[in-house]
Amino acid sequence: MDQNIDSLIQWDFIVGHANYWMFIVLMMTGLFIVVARGNLVKKIVGLNIFQVSVFMLYISVGKVSGGTAPIYQVDSQGNLLFDPTIVYSNPLPHVLILTAIVVGIATTSLGLALVVRINEEFNTIEEDELLAIEQEMSAADNKEHGSAMGGRA
Amino acid sequence: MHHHLILRVVTKMLVGTIILFALYVQFHGDFSPGGGFQAGVIMSVAFILYGIVFGLSQAEVVFPPWLVHKTMALGVLIYGTTGVFSLLLGYDFLDYGAFSPDHPSHGQHWGIFAVELGVGITVTGVMVGIYYAFASRPPPMDDEDW
Amino acid sequence: MIETFINITLFAMQVLTALFIVRSKRLFSVVMLSGVFSLLTALFFVALDAVDVAFTEAAVGAGISTVLMLGTIALTARTQKKTAPTGYLPYLVVAVTGAALVYGTLDMPSFGDPMAPAHQHVAPEYLARSVTDIDVPNVVTAILASYRGYDTLGETAVVFTAGIGVLMLLSGLRRRRDEDDVKIVKNKAAKAKDRA
Repeated sequence: MDQNIDSLIQWDFIVGHANYWMFIVLMMTGLFIVVARGNLVKKIVGLNIFQVSVFMLYISVGKVSGGTAPIYQVDSQGNLLFDPTIVYSNPLPHVLILTAIVVGIATTSLGLALVVRINEEFNTIEEDELLAIEQEMSAADNKEHGSAMGGRA
Repeated sequence: MHHHLILRVVTKMLVGTIILFALYVQFHGDFSPGGGFQAGVIMSVAFILYGIVFGLSQAEVVFPPWLVHKTMALGVLIYGTTGVFSLLLGYDFLDYGAFSPDHPSHGQHWGIFAVELGVGITVTGVMVGIYYAFASRPPPMDDEDW
Repeated sequence: MIETFINITLFAMQVLTALFIVRSKRLFSVVMLSGVFSLLTALFFVALDAVDVAFTEAAVGAGISTVLMLGTIALTARTQKKTAPTGYLPYLVVAVTGAALVYGTLDMPSFGDPMAPAHQHVAPEYLARSVTDIDVPNVVTAILASYRGYDTLGETAVVFTAGIGVLMLLSGLRRRRDEDDVKIVKNKAAKAKDRA
C-alpha cells in the first residue's frame, strides 16, 4: 500500500518542480494586487512583485545543482584557472535578468511619473474615482457635441 | 531637514564612500560581481542621498540638471562610438578584437572597459535625472503634515 | 537538502511580505514592504548562484525604487481608499491563470538538472571559450559586454528612453513656477514703488 502511494505521488517530480510553483504563487499574488486593488501606486507595487517572480523563474532555470557562481578563480599572477571539474551555473539567464532589472526600474519610474501626472490632473489615484470622472467627462462631451459629431462618443 | 544634525554629518561621511564604492564596482566588475549597471545605480544613490538630506537645491549645485541631461546621452554615445570605432578599424560592430589585433583578449579588455563605462554613465544620469524630476514637483502638503 | 530548506524559508518570507502588501492600506508601509521584498529576492538570487543579479536587485529594488515610490506618494496620497468590493472575479482570474501556469511547468526539466536544454545550447560554449577569448574572470561581465554586446546596447538605449520619458512627463511645471517667481518679484517691486 505504501509503495502504491509512493508511486502515485512522484516525490522526485514534486521536489524538482516545487521551485517553479513557488514563483507562480508569488506571481499570482502580484497579479491579484494589480487586478483587485484600485490604488495606482499599489498596482505598480503589484506589477513589481509580478516582474520579480518572473526574474526568479528565469534564474532558477539557470541553476545547476552542485554548481557555483560563474566567476573563475585567478592565481597570483593574474592568470585564469579553468578547472573543468568545477560546475558553474548557467550565466546566460543572469545576463538577461541583470539588464531586465535595470530596465524594469526605468519603466517603473515611467509608470510612477504617469501616476503623478494623473494625480495633478484629476486629484485622485483611485481607479474607480478616475473611471467615474472619465464617464462624467464623456457624458458632458456627448451632451454638448454628441449630435454634431453624429452620435455618442 | 535643517535640524537633523546626525543625519547630515553621517551623510557627509557616507557620500564619498558610496562614490568610491561605485567606482570600485565599475572598474572591478571584470573580476567580481558588478559592472556598469550596478555602479551607475550606486553612484546615483550617492547624489540622491545628498539631495534628500541637504535639499534638492544643494544637490543641483553639486550635479546641475543640464549636466545630468548631457550625462544621460553621453553614456549611450560612448557605447555606440565603441561599436562604430571597431567598425572603422575593419572589424564587426562591437568586435573588441579590433583594439588590439595582435592580442585579441587585450582588445576585449579595452572594449569591455569602454562599454561598461558607457552603461554606468547612462544609468547614473538617468537615475539622478528621474530623481530630480520627481523631487522638483511641488508637493501638495508640507513636511509637517506627514 | 539545506538548499531546499533555505529556498523554502526565503519563499515563505516573501509570500508573507507580499500578503502584507495586499492587506495594508497605508501606502508608506506598502512601499517599505516592497523594499523588504526586494532584499529577500536578492537573498534568493544569491542562493541560486546569481550574485551579479542579486547585487543589482539589492541596489535597484531596495534603493532607487523605494526612493521613487516614496517621492510618488509624497506627491499624491498617503493612504489607499477603500475600494468597492470586487467579488470573486479577481480570485477566479488568479486561480485560472495560476493553474494554466502550473500546467505549463509540468513538462519542464527538474530544478537544477544539469542535462536541461537550457544548459546544452550556447552556455557551455561561453563558459569554455571566455577563458581564452576574453580572459575575464567574471563570465557574466564577459557575456554582458562582449558576446551579447548588442543586447546591452539595446538595454542601455531603453534605460535612456525611459529617462527621457520621465523628464518629458514631469519637467513641465518648472517653467511655470519660475514665471510665478518673476511675477511675485514684479509685484513686490510695483508695491515698493507705490509706497515710495
